[in-house]
Amino acid sequence: MNGARNPQLGPDGRLLHLLTLEGLPAETIVSILDTAEPFASIGERDVKKVPLLRGKAVFNLFFENSTRTRTTFEIAAKRLSADVINLNIGASSTSKGETLLDTIDNLVAMNADMFVVRHAQSGAPHLIASHLHATGKPHVHVINAGDGRHGHPTQGLLDLYTIRHYKRDFRALSVAIVGDVLHSRVARSLIHGLTTLGTPDVRVIAPKTLLPARVEAMGVRVHHDMRAGLAGCDVVVMLRLQSERMKGALLPSSGEYFRHYGLTADKLALAKADAIVMHPGPMNRGVEIDSAVADGERSVILPQVTFGIAVRMAVMSMIAGGPP
Amino acid sequence: MTSRADPSDANLPDAEEALASLAQGMRAGVAHGAAFVGIYSGGAWIAERLAKLLPGDHPVGYIDVSFYRDDFASKGLKAGARRSNLPFDVGGASIVLIDDVLYTGRSTRAAINELFDYGRPASIELAVLIDRGGRELPIEPTYVGARVACARSLSIALSRAGDGKLALNVEPAGKA
Amino acid sequence: MRIAILGGRVVDPASGTDRVTPVYIADGRVAALDAEPASFHAERTIDAKGLVVAPGLVDLNARLREPGLEHKATLESELKAAVAGGVTRLACPPDTDPPLDEPGLVEMLTQRARHARRAHVHPVGALTMRLEGTTLTEMGALADAGCVAFSQGDVPIGDTQVLLRAMQYAATFGHRVWLRPQDAHLARGGVAHDGEIATRLGLPAVPACAETIALGTILALARETGVHVHLQRLSTAEGVAMVRAAKRDGLAVTCEVAAHHLHLCDIDIGWFDSLARLDPPLRGTRDRAALRAGLADGTIDLVSSDHAPVDDDGKLVPFGEAEPGATGLELLLSLTLKWAHEERVGLADALARVTSRPAALLGVPAGTIATGAAADLCIFDPAAHWRVERRALASQGRNTPFAGHELPGRVRYTLVDGAVVHEA
Repeated sequence: MNGARNPQLGPDGRLLHLLTLEGLPAETIVSILDTAEPFASIGERDVKKVPLLRGKAVFNLFFENSTRTRTTFEIAAKRLSADVINLNIGASSTSKGETLLDTIDNLVAMNADMFVVRHAQSGAPHLIASHLHATGKPHVHVINAGDGRHGHPTQGLLDLYTIRHYKRDFRALSVAIVGDVLHSRVARSLIHGLTTLGTPDVRVIAPKTLLPARVEAMGVRVHHDMRAGLAGCDVVVMLRLQSERMKGALLPSSGEYFRHYGLTADKLALAKADAIVMHPGPMNRGVEIDSAVADGERSVILPQVTFGIAVRMAVMSMIAGGPP
Repeated sequence: MTSRADPSDANLPDAEEALASLAQGMRAGVAHGAAFVGIYSGGAWIAERLAKLLPGDHPVGYIDVSFYRDDFASKGLKAGARRSNLPFDVGGASIVLIDDVLYTGRSTRAAINELFDYGRPASIELAVLIDRGGRELPIEPTYVGARVACARSLSIALSRAGDGKLALNVEPAGKA
Repeated sequence: MRIAILGGRVVDPASGTDRVTPVYIADGRVAALDAEPASFHAERTIDAKGLVVAPGLVDLNARLREPGLEHKATLESELKAAVAGGVTRLACPPDTDPPLDEPGLVEMLTQRARHARRAHVHPVGALTMRLEGTTLTEMGALADAGCVAFSQGDVPIGDTQVLLRAMQYAATFGHRVWLRPQDAHLARGGVAHDGEIATRLGLPAVPACAETIALGTILALARETGVHVHLQRLSTAEGVAMVRAAKRDGLAVTCEVAAHHLHLCDIDIGWFDSLARLDPPLRGTRDRAALRAGLADGTIDLVSSDHAPVDDDGKLVPFGEAEPGATGLELLLSLTLKWAHEERVGLADALARVTSRPAALLGVPAGTIATGAAADLCIFDPAAHWRVERRALASQGRNTPFAGHELPGRVRYTLVDGAVVHEA
């Protein structure tokens, strides 16, 4: 059974793939954040490239559309001098009849070195990593760019990097994650990362319809009242609300959602005076976050994007190097 | 000026003496506005000291070659990479690249490649505290503090004490 | 052929037999136990020293995939798997393609099965036409064609009025209704049990109430109509409690659990292992404990394999896209024995759950080794352990979450109507 071994770590603890933040040792997470540091300055040079992945082929395999995430991965890979091939398979893949694993086999035959995969199904990157292991392709690596509701580990890492940049020590922080946790891979990854790094107070704030069963078991405190939930927080992370949630009888309207769970200046005032506001993007202004707050001085939403490129460069470099 | 020593006899030159010797050798040759770029960490310490020891206004920069090494495929990315910081325009600059120990020449090659990604320098000179021979690339230093013969099984490292005093040590060659 | 089985420990839960004694077979029946009949002249002698001679297993829930789904499995391959697992008699659900809602289809199936000359096949007829839950099937004609009961397979009847009437109609003629309790709306889109594991893995979930709400409805309607209901694929602790209460109230209800639910729970999904994608989903440890206890105390009457062969195309996909199901016929005996060892249940007691009790539900004389009974036997080595290996499985769908596991109990001989149809 593939359940036993953590497929993303090698026998020596080395990072072979990045599939999830769950089960990653704290040292590994910290070393990714530390490695991202020097990469952050590459973007300020004339030649925004280093030769680490020269000659490597990175395939962006996006089964779910996403221009922003794909673009940041593309920039990160190109800054590492990799060759980048974008495959936007979208929803039409099944109509072509080719299975996910057949697609992977074909691309490996075209000398792919790394797959950056976004898929609507939780566990798709794990399946790919298992398949590569089973077919004897140890030199091909997988990075999860978002799988269903399960995980978005590079987003989790860049969120951790952002928090560390502004707040330094996780062990003294209160972090609130607000919104549709039930459907959020961003939330799950961030919760794993925060708890692994010793954050003592991680809160989720959402109506019952948007919280998964037994979420406390992940190490979070549940709040249904946003004002109570934000009290004294150092970091406020707002999650995107998708319009489909109204159709599924999960919420009545975005107006009512905004009233109870939208971040406005007066609600933010309940957090600490120097609290930072984060959002994985893209934002729905007026639904989960007020424009004034999104553009306000406590918002670090744009720096998150910049940090995202450095973090992805760090992850790709750490995975790609070394003998297979 | 130069001294020969065999470190297997624990006869490494004194780092401070070698530094003085290096500075002396550079006094005449180095251009007045030349930038000193030290390779982390040992080269960086030496660059700082040289900027104080030598006359003239020398901007000091620091370079981390982790992203330009040629052993990425065999050894992966080294932990502890730092930001390079070159607070001057590399294009058209006269640069003295500074490192603590010159051995195979690969770090120097990596540093030169990295400098060229910042711009096109007018010239690059190489200053090293210790030259231990064993070159694997056609690279020669312009200025040398001391020459030392050293067995391949050993590695020479520079350390800096709390008061800033530099010292050379020999360790078994392990994680390069 | 006249066969003498010597030196085996004969365990027959139906008659209470449990002793080392010979068994003599002639003309497809058990001719005698203990003493060799006069002028017997065995044409074949089986040395059963150290082995258990049990009635052939009776499995009430095994999908053969015929008609219509032959790319997944065929009658030949699955009946071969059945006898490899010591199963000599099985009931197959009506959700084939087309579903078993016409006597002609049922006859074709039973004829093909007879022709294969391995295990006996008892089709379960569809309760509604095309399993659509609107029109009743001709239960009388289907029963005449050989259907032992009526079921909806996996497709619940959404319209409670139709369900009530189907049960009333069945009760009129004494037909049994076998139902799998599942509320279609609550189960919609779910692929894993609604608990900690599904939350961590980000898998759409099926809450336990999807089973208990449907169970409540079924039990209430059973009370109303007096029909005998047999509940299949029970998976929740609350469900077991509801059945226990209903039985205590004297309701004519029986139920079964799928063998894999006795052993596995949602933790076994690991890192999205599609082999663990099952319907109902593997639930929590509490549910597993309640199912095991329920089987031990008789609330759950029997164990079935829930054999649902899935080919590799159905499993080598992300978890949420995988086809639920696992091969089970070859594992039924071993999984039952494993449960019995772990819960300290005696061998005869354990075997009753896969022989005499399911046979009673089929309403056919089977599941016993009495003199005169059909010689359907499962002779196995209780002390042997075997490793579940894909390539060694006889079923066409080789996917099982027990792949690589070591299980107790190895079938050595299977006899159907006195003929040796499997030996290992």
